[in-house]
Parts: sequence; structure tokens; C-alpha cells
Amino acid sequence: MKNEWPLWEVFIRGQHGMSHRHVGSLHAPDAEMAIKNARDVYTRRNEGVSIWVVEARHIAASSPSDKGPLYEPSESKVYRHPTFFDIPEEVGAM
Amino acid sequence: MSQNDALFEFLCRIGDNTLVLGHRVSEWCGHSPVLEEDIALANTALDLIGQTQLWLGLAGEVEGKGRDADRLAFHRDAWDFRNVLLVEVPNGDFGRTLMRQFLFDAWHSLYLGRLLKSSDKRVAEIAEKASKEVAYHLERSADTVVALGDGTEESHARMADALAYLWPYVGEMFEGDAVDAAMAEAGIAPDPSGLREEYDALVGRVLAEATLEMPEARFAHKGGRDGRMHTEHLGHILTQMQWLQRAYPDASW
Repeated sequence: MKNEWPLWEVFIRGQHGMSHRHVGSLHAPDAEMAIKNARDVYTRRNEGVSIWVVEARHIAASSPSDKGPLYEPSESKVYRHPTFFDIPEEVGAM
Repeated sequence: MSQNDALFEFLCRIGDNTLVLGHRVSEWCGHSPVLEEDIALANTALDLIGQTQLWLGLAGEVEGKGRDADRLAFHRDAWDFRNVLLVEVPNGDFGRTLMRQFLFDAWHSLYLGRLLKSSDKRVAEIAEKASKEVAYHLERSADTVVALGDGTEESHARMADALAYLWPYVGEMFEGDAVDAAMAEAGIAPDPSGLREEYDALVGRVLAEATLEMPEARFAHKGGRDGRMHTEHLGHILTQMQWLQRAYPDASW
């Protein structure tokens, strides 16, 4: 029998943040307890207004060894950064 | 007993409940079975100590003899404490700690719910703040009671033992006396005996889900909330909790 609770990744939407951000991980027997634990571990200092948890095994991740083919091709493509445009103030944060 | 004395007594009862339970729960700090539960229990303990500051702070104000919350917490001896016996019994194993938490939280949430409508605005305001914290305590302890009760053979047996050990301490929370009568008449706080039916329904629901049998016995250990006779455990708590103030009176930092 496996005694260890599964690992959950925790995402929290901050008071002023626009999207949920990964803040860390924890162990819990199920999703409901994972949210409660996240509340106790990661929002003690009033950090959040919303919590997402996802079991770590459900996250598909890119492989570190694929770094070259995955990311290097974009290193030399400065024209993909929209820094050549004047953006009106009213647009706000992009 | 004057109305003011009764109000002071009532505030000490509720403040001593949260003080002593807060101290008990804090004893788990660094010792819980898993990190997540350790932090959760510490949060609960801190909530309770925070509530104590408000209740005993108000008690000192009502008493009018210049005692503040710290003075009441650290400079009284066992016979002056007015907490129910349930909160001073030793933690036992993790299951018993959580069972005690649940049995107290269920009463606490119902009681605070009534205090929200207190005719004394100061009482209602403290209840307003505390009831949000306690709603979470109850959700968490009830979940844990269900998880452990309806868990493995061992966890079920431990929770059944915990319930059998703690049940005789439940009745005291519903004992009413002259203080309660005075508070009820003034609309400040309910007569606790009126909460028993709702409590049994709530606790019965959770215990059923936890596959635990709710005891029918009504025998109750008493003597905490009226200070007549605490268990031998309270003195031991106080030697730890009050040590610094006793060794270095009025030390501050």
C-alpha cells in the first residue's frame, strides 16, 4: 500500500493579479483537502482571492533535453517583439 | 451577582475556552504528522489566541479594574479559569485532537451564530470576526473526522476511541446557570441548553458520514465553566503557558 498522499501543484490568483500563478506544491489526499491545505499553507498572509489545484501527475511538461530545438530558434527573432510600435497610454498593461 | 459581574463571567468563559484550546492546539506545532496539517493546526491555534485577545480584552474592560487580556491570561490561577473541561484535556493522538476540535468547533459555531445577534454591540462585533474563522475550523475538523473515521481500520478504531473518551466532556458546553440566565435575559448571549438539539443534529450528521456511532449517554463531567473543579490537566497547561510571566512578572518585549 502506498502511504504517501499525492502531490498537488497550487495556483493562486493574487489580490491584484490578473491570472493564477504557480506558488508551490503540497500533499493532500484529495482535491478538496488540497484546496484547504493550500489555503492554510499559501494564503496565510492574505495573498489570494482564488485557488486552483491540480494533481502534479496531470501536468505534462516539456523535456529539459529538448531545450535546443524548442527555444533556441526564437532567440534570433527580435522582430517578434512588438517594440517597434508606439503603444498609446490608454491601452494599459499588455 | 450584578449584571456587570455576570457579563465579566460570561466573557471569561468564552475567552478562556479559546485561550486554553488555542494553547492545546499550539502544542502540535512542529509535531503534526504532515507539514500541511502542522501549518493548518498552527493557523487554528493562532485564530483562537486572536479571539482570546478580543474576548479577554473586553472582559478586562467590563471588569474595570485595569486588567487587560494579558493580565487575565497570565496572572490568574487555575481556579479562576472558566473554560469547559473539554478544551483542557490532553491532545492524545492526532485523531483525538481533531475529534476534540470538531466537537468544540460545532458548539463554537452555533454559539457564535447566536452571538451575532447579541444586544451588546461589542460582543456582536467580536462574534462577527470570530465566526468566519470558526466556520473554516469546523469545515476542516469535520472533514478530517470523516476522513479518519471512514478511513483505514486503524484510523477508524482511533477515532472511535477518541469519541468515547471525549463524549462525556460534551455535555458541559450545554449547561446553563445563573450567569447564562442573566445573559439570556439581557439578550447578550443565548442559554446554551437551547443549542443542544441543533448540535446533536450537526454532530450526528458528520459522525454518520464518518461511520462512527454517536454515543447516547448523557453523563457529563462538569466544573470547568463555573470554575468549581478543573481537571488536573489545567494546572500543567498553566505552568507552561504562564511560565515567563511568573518568572519575570510584567516582562515585555
